Parts: sequence; C-alpha cells; structure tokens
Amino acid sequence: MADHISVQGHPGSVTSTDDRETASAVVKPPALALGPLGWVRANLFNTWFNSILTILILWLAYKIIPPLVNWLIINSVGPGEGVTAQACRASGGACWAFIHEKYRLILFGLYPYEEQWRPIASILIIVGLLGVSSNRNFWKPWLLAVWAAAAVVIGVLMWGGVLGLPFVRNTLWGGLPLTLILSVVGLVVAFPLSILLALGRRSDLPIVKSLCVTYIELIRGVPLITVLFMASVMFPLFLPTGVTIDKLLRAQIGLILFASAYLAEVIRGGLQAIPKGQYEAADSLGLTYWQKTRKIILPQALSITIPPLVNTFIGFFKDTSLVIIIGLFDLMSASKAALTDPAWRGFYKESYLFVAVVYFAFCFFMSKYSQWLENELHRGHKR
Amino acid sequence: MKTKIIAAIGTALAIAFGGGAASAGPTLNAVKQKGFVQCGVNTGLPGFSNPDSQGNWTGLDVDVCRAVAAAIFGDAKAVRFTPLSAQQRFTALQSGEIDILSRNTTWTLTRDTSLGLNFAPTTFYDGQGFMVPKALGVKSATELNGATVCVQPGTTTELNLADYFRAKGMQFNPVVIESFDEVNAAFFAGRCDVYTTDASGMASIRSTLAANPDDYIILPELISKEPLGPAVRHGDDEFFDIVKWAVYASIEAEEKGISSANVDEMVKSQDPTVQRLLGSNPGMGQALGLDEKWAYNIVKLVGNYGEIFERNVGVKTSLKLERGPNGLWTNGGLMYAPPIR
Repeated sequence: MADHISVQGHPGSVTSTDDRETASAVVKPPALALGPLGWVRANLFNTWFNSILTILILWLAYKIIPPLVNWLIINSVGPGEGVTAQACRASGGACWAFIHEKYRLILFGLYPYEEQWRPIASILIIVGLLGVSSNRNFWKPWLLAVWAAAAVVIGVLMWGGVLGLPFVRNTLWGGLPLTLILSVVGLVVAFPLSILLALGRRSDLPIVKSLCVTYIELIRGVPLITVLFMASVMFPLFLPTGVTIDKLLRAQIGLILFASAYLAEVIRGGLQAIPKGQYEAADSLGLTYWQKTRKIILPQALSITIPPLVNTFIGFFKDTSLVIIIGLFDLMSASKAALTDPAWRGFYKESYLFVAVVYFAFCFFMSKYSQWLENELHRGHKR
Repeated sequence: MKTKIIAAIGTALAIAFGGGAASAGPTLNAVKQKGFVQCGVNTGLPGFSNPDSQGNWTGLDVDVCRAVAAAIFGDAKAVRFTPLSAQQRFTALQSGEIDILSRNTTWTLTRDTSLGLNFAPTTFYDGQGFMVPKALGVKSATELNGATVCVQPGTTTELNLADYFRAKGMQFNPVVIESFDEVNAAFFAGRCDVYTTDASGMASIRSTLAANPDDYIILPELISKEPLGPAVRHGDDEFFDIVKWAVYASIEAEEKGISSANVDEMVKSQDPTVQRLLGSNPGMGQALGLDEKWAYNIVKLVGNYGEIFERNVGVKTSLKLERGPNGLWTNGGLMYAPPIR
C-alpha cells in the first residue's frame, strides 16, 4: 500500500498549456498514475507476474461468484406455503425451504417436537455460561458453583420428569444440544484430568509416571473412531446379559478418555517451557509441590499453551461429529438424517452449508476469544 | 484391567444416570414388563427408516416394529427406536440393547447361524440392479461388456458386480467412489456408463437426482438376492413366533382384502379364515400368548402389508417402487403367508 504514495509525487512529463502563466503551480502527475487507476497499476499490475495473477484471479472470480450468487440468492427457493421439493428442484437454486422444513430436526434431533423449547433453553444457558466464564472478572470460586447449578438446570430441562416436565430419555437427545453437551462436558471433565496426567508424566514417582505414560500413549495411539467403537460395540459384550449402559454415557466417556490424553500432552508442552529457575525459586520459598504447581507453574504453563489448547478444543468440538458411527444424532448426523426424508431428498448442499455455518460460528468464537485471552494474559511480557 | 475400571465407573455412572434396565428370561416377558418394544432401525434410509420433520420415525422397517407392538400391546406407539449404524446392529441385538433388529438386514446363512440371529419372514425383497442412460441403447445387463461402472467400495455391491461380470465372461472398468452422494453425482455427470446399487434405491435416486429421469432406464436383471427382514435373538422362540406371525398377519390381511379402512366391517365377515385372523373366532391369539385382537390391532393401527408398502416406498412416494417381487403370491410376487389356523 505504501508504494503508490511515492508515485503521486513523481514528476511526470505533463504538457500543460498553463505552464507559463502559473509557473509556481504544482506539476500534476499523469492521469494514469493517479487515483484508483494509479493504485491498480502500482499494486496489481506492477510486474508481469502480478499482472498474470491479477488476471487469473479476476477470471476465477468471474467464473465462481456469479453462479454462486445465482445459486445462493437469485435462483434460490425460500420457505413458503406449499413450496415442495419439486419446486426446489425445478428452480436450480438453493432450497432454503428444505432448511425451513428441517431446521428443527437438524438442530434438535429426535427430541419431542412439542418440548423443543427445553433444548433451546439449554443451549442458551450453555452459551450464556461460556460467555460469562470468558470474562476474567468472573473467575472467582463462585463461578464453579454457577456451573454446577447450570449443569443441574440443564439436566432437569433435558431429562424432565420433575416440575411437570414430561420425561425425555437421553436416547432422544440430539442436534446442537447434544454436540454442545458432548463437547462441553467432555472438555470440562477432560481438562482437569489432563492436567493430572501431564503432571504425572513429569513426576518423579515411577509408578505414577509409568501409569500416565501408558495411558497417554495407549489412547493417543488409536483413532477416536476406535475408542468410540470400543465404547459402543465391544464394551456391551463384556457386560452380563441384560445390563446395558447408556449409549450416550459410553460415548461421553470415550470422548473424555480421548480428549484428556491429547490435552495432557499439550499441557506438558507448557510445563516444559517454564524455565527451571521458576521451579527452583518456588522450592526455595519453601512451597510444597501442590502449592508450587498451583501458584507458580500452572498459571504460567496454561497461559502459554492457550493456542494449542484452543486448537485442541476446536478440533474436539468438531470431532464429536464422529458419534455418527454409533448412531447418536448430533448436529452432523441429524442433518444427514434430515436428508433421508423421501419427500426431501438430494438437498445435500443446503444441509451441509447450514451445519457448516453453525459449526463455524462456534469455532470462530472460540478462536477469537482465545486471541483476546492471550492478549489479556500476556500483558506482562508482551513484546 | 482398564476395561474393568471403565466397567466399574460406567456401571456406577449408569446407575446414576438411571439407565441399565436389567432383564432376565425370555424377551417377551421382559418386553411385556417394560411395556414397549425396543427396536433397532437404520439411522436413515429413505422409505425404510427415517425421522420425519417432527422427529417421528417412519418407514417400512419402522412399521414392522409398530406391527409387533400393536400385536403385543394393542398400541402401535408402544415402541422405542434405537438408530443403529451397520457396524453396531448385531452387537446391539446380541447384548440385549434391542429386542428386534429391523434395519434392512439381509438374511444370510451365516447371520442366521453363527451370529445367533433368527430371521422373521422377509418384509422386502431387494436385489442389486443396473441403471444406464437411455442414450446408450442397452436393453439388458448381458450387453454391458466393457462398460465403465460406478460403484461404492467395500460393499457386497462391489463383490456382486465382480462376480456377475466374471460369471458372464465380460469385462468392466469400475469407477470406485466412496461416498454415496458423490457416486450418484458422478453417474449423472456422465463419468460412467452404468450405475449399480440396490434396486430399491435406484428408482428414487433417478427420480430425485437426475436432471431428466426419463433419460435413464433400470435394466431388468437383478444380480443378487437381498431378502431384508426383521431379526431377533436365538433362544427366544416365543418372541420369535410373535414377530414372525405379526409379519404374516399383515400379508394374510392383504390377501384377504382386509385393510385399516375396512377392518371393522371385516370382523363381521363369514369367511372362517378372516374370522380366525381377526379373532372373531378365537384361538390364534391364545396360541401366540397374545390378545385375540392381535391381528386386528396390526391391521387397524398399522395396516396390511400392501398399505405399509404403498405408504412408505410405493409408486406414490418419491421412491416410486413397483410391487414386483414384493407383491402377493397371488399376483406373481413372493409374499406368501402360511395358513393362520
């Protein structure tokens, strides 16, 4: 951007008829070096390579954008009375009527239709709680109590059976609340577990150390799908006949096991980055192991591991969609189920786009928040 | 070691979660005790089992379970559905998580024996077929020598295809595409001459995804047998009988012209077979350990087989399937119920 400023001051070969009358007048640069046209010349066509790139990109945009706008907006079929799948197919554009017809199935899965205000309320509580918790001023012990209370409220809302709410089995939970519950509960439980695992792996106690190393390497050595399969397909066979453990619970435990192994290694990275002097200083102050860890080591280690932690969080949030293979209707699998209605077949693009937007909203929030938090916590030693 | 720990934690949590319904003895007693049939279905297969916009399960496989519930409880809603992936389905049945597996499962010898399943009568005769563009001018699968064939990998579909061409001494070039959506798109984009998949799905793929459905024809040959039906566990003969005869009752009802619309008049019929079926001449329900109204309830609440078929996959739906082999034996189909007496 800085280039074109110098161009404006360039004394061009201007042939002005007014030269003699206004000798002191500023000589104007050539028209081509001025304004938007000048900017384009200076930045987009300044070398033959950039010119080719510019033309290529313009050509691509010409090829992509008009059909996309046509599909997304101009030819699209919005919701309306009596808009059918046939009308959608005839239009050649996006079928937003499909999303209108199916958004409740996609967002809430098989949750009873009349009771769907309950998952909505649960989502709002979770999102609100995440919002409150992201503010550092609220990082007080009472926040834990708020979380515990919220967990109870969400449990009551989702299950019901009390306060006049009809009971809803958790096999009927689905869509966005299921995705949020699986990932939030997964991370909330896995995070402390992973801190213990990371500390254990760096411990001097041989048994603790080898247990932690075995756990981490074992879980990290297998794909998440395998863990979920073990939890849902193999595990029931070990149980006595007739005893069944809730499918959702099995999946949740599988996800926790998996997330904790990955997070443990991220946190161990942070622990290793703390200079040895910090440990020695804490020791010389006479702090016990747990005091040292809690007050000196972890605060520093966690704050430097924010980028990889959030990376893992985001990855984990999306990984929950793998529960599709064990027949749970999370956001992703509910959208696939919506596509199997014989009356509304073939609207894959609309369905996936809708789900992608929801996932993106959450992941983008996490990413932005982590950047802000990094800034907050690194004030002391930012360069 | 780890499993035991997980099991211990899991059991403790399961109790906390209120899950873990322990049940012993024959399935029927357990089912009657809990008051509903637990039915394993596909997570989503159009026309067979799919949730509608309100999240209610619909489809042919779903209706089979509803028929069993109607026979046992006189209530077609006394059924809970467990959506299952292909990998989970047998474990779910073996471990007792579900009572009936009604998930477009092909009846084969090994599944019937070594997997410990009992297959109730076939509710849908499927088979693998071919679809070609009309412009190709092919009228029979025997003319497909040298064709490029779009197929999904890792399925029996791919194996059947290879078997068929080898048996006929013909060559083919497979275009193997993993995703169902993409293999459909590839065929209609002209990547291959022939598309092969289950015949039941082909007509609906054609009607919903082809720019002009009339440009494509489905060849008459079916190259594999896929009898799909509900399955139960070995060793619960009483329950197996009920599932079996619930399906037969719906077929018999169609043969006798009894539908959900006229069942109340048919109860007064003078035909002895109809009287036995609908319980106006008692005995059949008792033999099954059910209410004498069992078959009446199936027809009244779910419908006869023809109604179930037409409602879910018939020509009026987007799947547009003809009865074909799924017609009554009296119409040249394979649906044949043994005498109910």
